[in-house]
Amino acid sequence: MPDIYLDNNATTKVDPAVVDVMIPFFLEQYGNPSSIHKFADGVAKALKKARGQVQELIGAEHDSEIIFTSCGTESDSTAILSAIKAQPNRKEIITTTVEHAAILNLCENLEKEGYTIHRLPVDKCGRLNLDAYKKMLSDQVAIVSVMWANNETGTIFPVVEMAEMANSAGVMFHTDAVQAVGKIPMMLQDTKIDMLSISGHKLHAPKGIGVLYLRRGTRYRPLLRGGHQERGRRAGTENTASIVGLGKACEMAMEHMEYENVQVKAMRDKLEQGIIATVPHSFITGDLNNRLPNTTDIAFEYIEGEAILMLLNKAGIAASSGSACTSGSLEPSHVMRAMDIPYTAAHGTIRFSFSRYNTMSEVDEVLKVMPTIAATLRKLSPYWDSVTNEPVANPEAAFTPTFK
Amino acid sequence: MWDYSDKVKEHFFTPKNAGAVVGANAIGEVGSISCGDALRLTLKVNPETEIIEESGFQTFGCGSAIASSSVLTEIIKGMTIDEALKVTNQDIANELDGLPPEKMHCSVMGREALQAAVANYRGEEWKDDHEEGALICKCFAIDAVMIEEMIWANKLRTVEDVTNFTKAGGGCAACHEDIEAILEKVLAEKGEKFDATVSTAAVEKVETPAIAAVKTPLTNVQRIKKIEEVLTSLRPQLMADGGDVELVEVVGNTVYVNMTGACNGCQMAAMTIAGIQQRLMEVLGEFLRVVPASEMKKLVNIEGAGHA
Ligand SMILES: Cc1ncc(COP(=O)(O)O)c(C=O)c1O
Ligand code: FES
Repeated sequence: MPDIYLDNNATTKVDPAVVDVMIPFFLEQYGNPSSIHKFADGVAKALKKARGQVQELIGAEHDSEIIFTSCGTESDSTAILSAIKAQPNRKEIITTTVEHAAILNLCENLEKEGYTIHRLPVDKCGRLNLDAYKKMLSDQVAIVSVMWANNETGTIFPVVEMAEMANSAGVMFHTDAVQAVGKIPMMLQDTKIDMLSISGHKLHAPKGIGVLYLRRGTRYRPLLRGGHQERGRRAGTENTASIVGLGKACEMAMEHMEYENVQVKAMRDKLEQGIIATVPHSFITGDLNNRLPNTTDIAFEYIEGEAILMLLNKAGIAASSGSACTSGSLEPSHVMRAMDIPYTAAHGTIRFSFSRYNTMSEVDEVLKVMPTIAATLRKLSPYWDSVTNEPVANPEAAFTPTFK
Repeated sequence: MWDYSDKVKEHFFTPKNAGAVVGANAIGEVGSISCGDALRLTLKVNPETEIIEESGFQTFGCGSAIASSSVLTEIIKGMTIDEALKVTNQDIANELDGLPPEKMHCSVMGREALQAAVANYRGEEWKDDHEEGALICKCFAIDAVMIEEMIWANKLRTVEDVTNFTKAGGGCAACHEDIEAILEKVLAEKGEKFDATVSTAAVEKVETPAIAAVKTPLTNVQRIKKIEEVLTSLRPQLMADGGDVELVEVVGNTVYVNMTGACNGCQMAAMTIAGIQQRLMEVLGEFLRVVPASEMKKLVNIEGAGHA
């Protein structure tokens, strides 16, 4: 059995069809799109086509609302920094406790500069409280930034409704839709969303290409000033090959939207139901009724995530524990803490994220090994009684380490 | 993910001595599930000889926590408890052919469990005096608590001070922003203000006798004397790290020194030399290059040629 890739929320394989359309822009049409000679002839046209393909996928009204950037993180930073620069009198930002580091760390930094950051909490299922949100909206708020879908649990937030509420209060609304674009349908022209971030590598385009959607008329200040590229809104010579690749990837995501929400979802559902049925003391985290079709995040109690990943990896299965970015630290993921998942489980959460490249037989393969992996590690755990094969009666009390 | 050594993988995939020892008379428990690591060490100690005859571990934690526990139980089996107490976390890490800096705390946990188990055997109470903070400097595995303590204890005021005292920040420099944030916090607690532009000189007075900066041109003898004076002032700091420095020769702008003890050949030598060079330049007010004497031969010729 070849290796099984179930870490598509971290990044995806570039679709071979995407690679194909990119190659001419490295080898033949490598001219600068601003130049006037035959090496650049087709480039401007190709960029325009790509812009249209992105526009189509997200349902933007104009193709000029699409600004190409270098990644999702840059789009996030551009959106927030633009909003506070364009409205210097507004010193508050509303976001959530479960955003990606691209938003959270930026906000933390702005806090040091004197901004007030309101971080909306989530409940045990990862849901936001819209009443609390409504109370925070005021003419002091420069921007609201709420992710469309959470990268760890796949939980989808009601951003369309939240954008309406912000708009009524006269507040700009940004959404980090890096995980949502290409997985669920959207029609931005029917919403009040002002800005939206996309990252190419989450939908089978290359890494290092992103998009900031900027609704026409939204007050804006560029992050990078310089040349006139992207109508002066993002200077720097265009990453032509990647832009063309992203366009193609968006077109393909559009074609596969139904497949993603039926077949991919069926694989995800089978995997998570199978695991819950065969591994005792495991449960699914997040809002089970509002989730991306490709993501499941499962908590295995009394064992630790990295150890699980190492055994999965040995079995040829790639998944991740928490977000790929946070698995380098020893803390349980901030998303699990925000949902108040007990510590006995929060350290042992594993995210399986699918793409259209996965198959049902891969699901069966994971289901074959997962119970053994959990049992192997539990045998080593001081919180597990290997005689009864149950957690020790009172884990916190049975294990009484010395505290300072 | 992590770049684990084969040794770590071996101990993770096929752990030795997993499970509790039946009839154990020394039990040590450290960490907690909320920290993300917990380790219970169970030993059977022969009361006559005080030799550890059996050891077992139960660990909740990552790959390196499990590997550290496993290797520890192997290391201490057959040792007397006094011998076992001499095992350091570095020994555990070495036995695993190294651990990533982010994971060194796993080896610390092993050592602590061992201390706790011995205390338990002797009927003493074991106190964990080790507090761990967020990892700040990945190059030298220094955490926030350590940096804070050093800032308090030694009245540090700049990133450079912190580097001199803890090594943190002396490698790739990526952690300087975080170190500045800690300085800002601690200095605010002390009612002072962090100023990124202030020089380190003010602090070094505390540690090293002040040496007046040179104003007038020096004769060769005066110059060498001055250099000696600077090296002498830095010596206590080096010796605290188990090293020493000795002036060998001065050729033009190049100062040749012998690094001995812990400094010799360790990854810190290059950094220490940079620190000495910095200090020499401050005092002598001219550009100087500090080079290990071991490189003298090849360099003297070049320098000599330059001066001829
Ligand atoms: C929700 C979310 N936002 C932002 C990013 C960052 O995107 P990029 O890696 O393109 O900067 C990611 C990907 O890790 C993500 O999952
Ligand atoms: S991380 Fe501190 S010097 Fe490299």
